[in-house]
Amino acid sequence: MYQTVLDAEAGGGSAALRDLHLSAYRFMLQARLLDEKLASLYRAGKIHGGVFLSRGQEALSVSIGVSLRKTDVFSPLIRDSAGRLAFGESILDALQTCLGSALGPMRGRDGNVHRGRPRDGYLAMISHLGAMISVVNGTLFARRFKGITDAVGATCIGDGGTATGAFHEALNQAAVEKLPLVLVVANNQYAYSTPNDREFACADLADRAVGYGVTPHSVDGTDLSACLEVMGRAVAQARAGGGPQLVVASLLRLCGHGEHDDAGYIDPRIKNSPLGRDCLKVAEDILLSRHWADASELASWRNEAVRAIETTVARVQREPAPDPFAEQWTAVAGTDLRETHEELGV
Amino acid sequence: MSITYLEAIREAQAVALRDDPRVFIYGQDVGAFGGAFKATKNLAKEFPGRVFDAPISEDAMVGLAVGAAIEGLRPIIEMQFADFSTAGFNQIVNQAATLFWRTNVPCSLTVRLPFGGTSGSGPFHSQSLETIYAHYPGLIVMTPATVEDAYSMLIAAVAIDDPVIFCEHKFLYYHLKAEALPSEALPIGKARIAREGRDLTIVAYSAMVHEALAAAAELAPEGWQIEVVDLRTVKPLDTDTVMASVARTGRLLCVGEAWPWGGVTAEVIARVASEGFGLLDVPPQRLNAKDTPIPYHPNLWAAHRPTARAIAAAARKMLRL
Repeated sequence: MYQTVLDAEAGGGSAALRDLHLSAYRFMLQARLLDEKLASLYRAGKIHGGVFLSRGQEALSVSIGVSLRKTDVFSPLIRDSAGRLAFGESILDALQTCLGSALGPMRGRDGNVHRGRPRDGYLAMISHLGAMISVVNGTLFARRFKGITDAVGATCIGDGGTATGAFHEALNQAAVEKLPLVLVVANNQYAYSTPNDREFACADLADRAVGYGVTPHSVDGTDLSACLEVMGRAVAQARAGGGPQLVVASLLRLCGHGEHDDAGYIDPRIKNSPLGRDCLKVAEDILLSRHWADASELASWRNEAVRAIETTVARVQREPAPDPFAEQWTAVAGTDLRETHEELGV
Repeated sequence: MSITYLEAIREAQAVALRDDPRVFIYGQDVGAFGGAFKATKNLAKEFPGRVFDAPISEDAMVGLAVGAAIEGLRPIIEMQFADFSTAGFNQIVNQAATLFWRTNVPCSLTVRLPFGGTSGSGPFHSQSLETIYAHYPGLIVMTPATVEDAYSMLIAAVAIDDPVIFCEHKFLYYHLKAEALPSEALPIGKARIAREGRDLTIVAYSAMVHEALAAAAELAPEGWQIEVVDLRTVKPLDTDTVMASVARTGRLLCVGEAWPWGGVTAEVIARVASEGFGLLDVPPQRLNAKDTPIPYHPNLWAAHRPTARAIAAAARKMLRL
């Protein structure tokens, strides 16, 4: 079950497939290295608030990013560093947000994983789980309303988030409207610290798709090749008018919920099972065994990514922090609709 | 010919659909059926592909509207009753209300809330929720009291770049009539002097404006000239007009149909007390619904919310001081 689906092709594969793997791997690597940098900045006290890493979920996430077009919609969740980069987010946007630069897309108003550029189809998540799914539905509904029929929208959630009412309402809504939604569930076995058996009672989360009239897909989330194949198929089916697709991936989060969490609750038996494989290592093995890359190329890509991250960190650390005296303290867009009353400043 | 408050709301949506191709309506039973109150009657037929029935999913309804707004459309969401908007509360206050501030992308959508008490409607079809929405930064909260305002303010709501909570009072739907629809209106955010007076200011909004006007009429033969200020929007709140009125009268009574703890009436009094304390001749007072769920039986309901008689009684006490 955990063999890559491509092994069956016995060393073959087209150049396009190789290039897809190489591109995906390099985004995974960038994401992992970016995560490691964020963790060290956090430990050094350079980051305000939380840091949430994607370790162990890069293969699944990147497969979404590389399967989408830049004109599609992507609403990532907490562990989608790789998918974000693959969809087109710059390392600069990521670091400006995490380090609270006034020049970043969130201008210090929100941080860490709460970043995006909605005008570019790249939505900025709120913390309430399941809430982004219907928003993606809305973008797809709007595009169809405007006569754009070839767009796909993808969004992610964890096993824990599938228990929310918002998840149910939105998936049902997508099915009723036959929207080209790809909803990706990363079943990383724990909702924060709560194991699957305290979250849901069905045998497999993918079974839920049938109840909604949605197409199910299951995939080994530690296997890049499997993720690329399944996600590519789900996105293609959605784009071809097949309606919403529910992709459920099995994997394990190889870190705490955030960097404040030592993840001591994770059962060692799961860690030592195939679910506990490091998807980045699995991806490297695929590239090496298929002779799509050699060790020196892997090393040079790593050095290149580290340089890009270090250069960007140095740049962002020189950028100004938001200035409370220059801040526009209003949440409404209409300048004539702002409250004129002000409480006494202190 | 006359037009009701409800018909004005329907006409305003027809105008919005006709004038702006980005507008669509989404809500439960709003399509061929025309809505639970018929506020979208015939709109699905007149504007094909622009009016959509939604599943009973208030959360997803608002979420879809936010996504559509991100894409530049201008959705109108009909909540069947304001009470049920709490099932979509998260999307309104955390998604729609924060979008512009977080991302610089305006979130132009209108959520229509048929609200307020009508006899026999009980605890879950009668609520006034303007306070909880006004509490959240990023939302505009409208509470039209007249047929003219219901019409012009709803057209304005759709054109505004911010999420608007449009509180339309069910008690006014059929009772309130006007001869014609207006061609111009006060700007959004400006209160209106509904009746001029010099002895006491009653600040009210939505259906309570009419109770206040009736109270003012009741007090006139006793020699009292009561000024009634119709807030029109509770957020933004036109503190200037309220303050100017209190400067004329020296007495302030705030009336709201919502529950007493916190709320619009408390906000108005807090602002006048902090900025215009010297204008007040007597302590400002407020009158709200009782602090219980809204009762079903007409006898209880009539005593639960402020009425003209209760307002007049409160005003008399203040005038004697």
